[in-house]
Amino acid sequence: MADVNTGGDGGHGRHQKKRAKKLPTRIDMTPMVDLGFLLLTFFMLTTTFSKPKVIELTPPVKTNDSTKIKDTLALTVVLSGNNKVYYYNGELKQDPDSNNINLTDFSDNGIRKVILARNSYVLNQLAPLDQQRQSQHMSDTVYDKAKQKIQGSKYALFVIIKTDSIAKYVNVVAMLDEMNICNVDKYALIDASKPEELMIEDYNHKHNIK
Amino acid sequence: MPKVKLPRSSPSIDMTPMVDLAFLLVTFFMLTTKFRPEEAVSVTIPFSVSQTKLPDNVTTISIDSSGRVFYDMDGKDTRIQLIQKISDNYSAQLGGKLSDQDIMRFSVMGAFGVPYAQLKQYIEANESERKTLNAQTKGIPIDSLPHDELADWVQYGYNLSLSDWYDKKAKNPEMLPPRFAVKADGNAKYEVVKKVIDICQKAGIQHFDLITSMKMKKN
Repeated sequence: MADVNTGGDGGHGRHQKKRAKKLPTRIDMTPMVDLGFLLLTFFMLTTTFSKPKVIELTPPVKTNDSTKIKDTLALTVVLSGNNKVYYYNGELKQDPDSNNINLTDFSDNGIRKVILARNSYVLNQLAPLDQQRQSQHMSDTVYDKAKQKIQGSKYALFVIIKTDSIAKYVNVVAMLDEMNICNVDKYALIDASKPEELMIEDYNHKHNIK
Repeated sequence: MPKVKLPRSSPSIDMTPMVDLAFLLVTFFMLTTKFRPEEAVSVTIPFSVSQTKLPDNVTTISIDSSGRVFYDMDGKDTRIQLIQKISDNYSAQLGGKLSDQDIMRFSVMGAFGVPYAQLKQYIEANESERKTLNAQTKGIPIDSLPHDELADWVQYGYNLSLSDWYDKKAKNPEMLPPRFAVKADGNAKYEVVKKVIDICQKAGIQHFDLITSMKMKKN
């Protein structure tokens, strides 16, 4: 298309003389190509395709009625400064000798292991479903519905995430992320109470943690 | 038999398809690019494995590592209405009503984090002046004493974008309701984030999107 009517360079040489009074209209396209690629490079480098990802959070509307959770299903996690995570099962025992409270971190062998161990009911129920989906015997919508039902079941683990006054935002996000990874759908995000702070202080004192 | 003479000509390649392709790509990138105003505040967002994308039509509240709060809302028309409301109701704090020119400037401005008292100055500032103001500001006040200014922005902004959504939904039923995103620095104290979320909850907002960047899931 660009080489419009060049008249032919080779084989038709003889015929050219007869009809070619027209000048060959060959346009040098190099500058245009240069410009084209310059613009292309510029827009490619400035475009950002990936939108940031989000964690959806729906905090409960504040009410005064409290729901009691079965001790065996409750896991309380207290986030503190320096990436420290304290946790205890069931109810807080305010007896310092009970060794109710424990300390862990955000590594794979840390809080995730604790949650996964406690969340075995959901994980066991989910395992066959995962298999079926992987072998493509189950559509995503069916899977999601079934998963939601299992995660919301009354035997599912309930995690209470508490934060003290020096907790960092990054730890809260990490914890919400763990909920996602460990298939925990039932969790609440609240402030640490005074007895918990005292027990943590006590724990730190006992184990010489600053 | 005479030898067949090979025609000597410069090897010319037809570049047309390449040019076509190049310009096709240029057009594509030109149309998909959306230029953003420079970020008023630098925030290092935490990682997560979440796959949910940030929706459109979103109000973003940024919190930097020292706990300063910045506000940003999508939509030029709603921004104009918002600043007009603020200008009418808080002219005393602003030091007089804002001019039409200020309102137009505000409508195309990105995130900001100045109290009412400095807002006029910030709107009228040029780019480099804004940079210094952004570095000096303490963010939008979130304490109820003397006055919780973020609550005003959130309340008015939410109401306006809601009514805007109702209007637009009549024409375009797939339009999503306005969302609130919290873009906080990982090192920000959770207390500040919680306070911001509380303020938003009081304004009637129930869902929040915590902006994170993607991390590959480890198996």
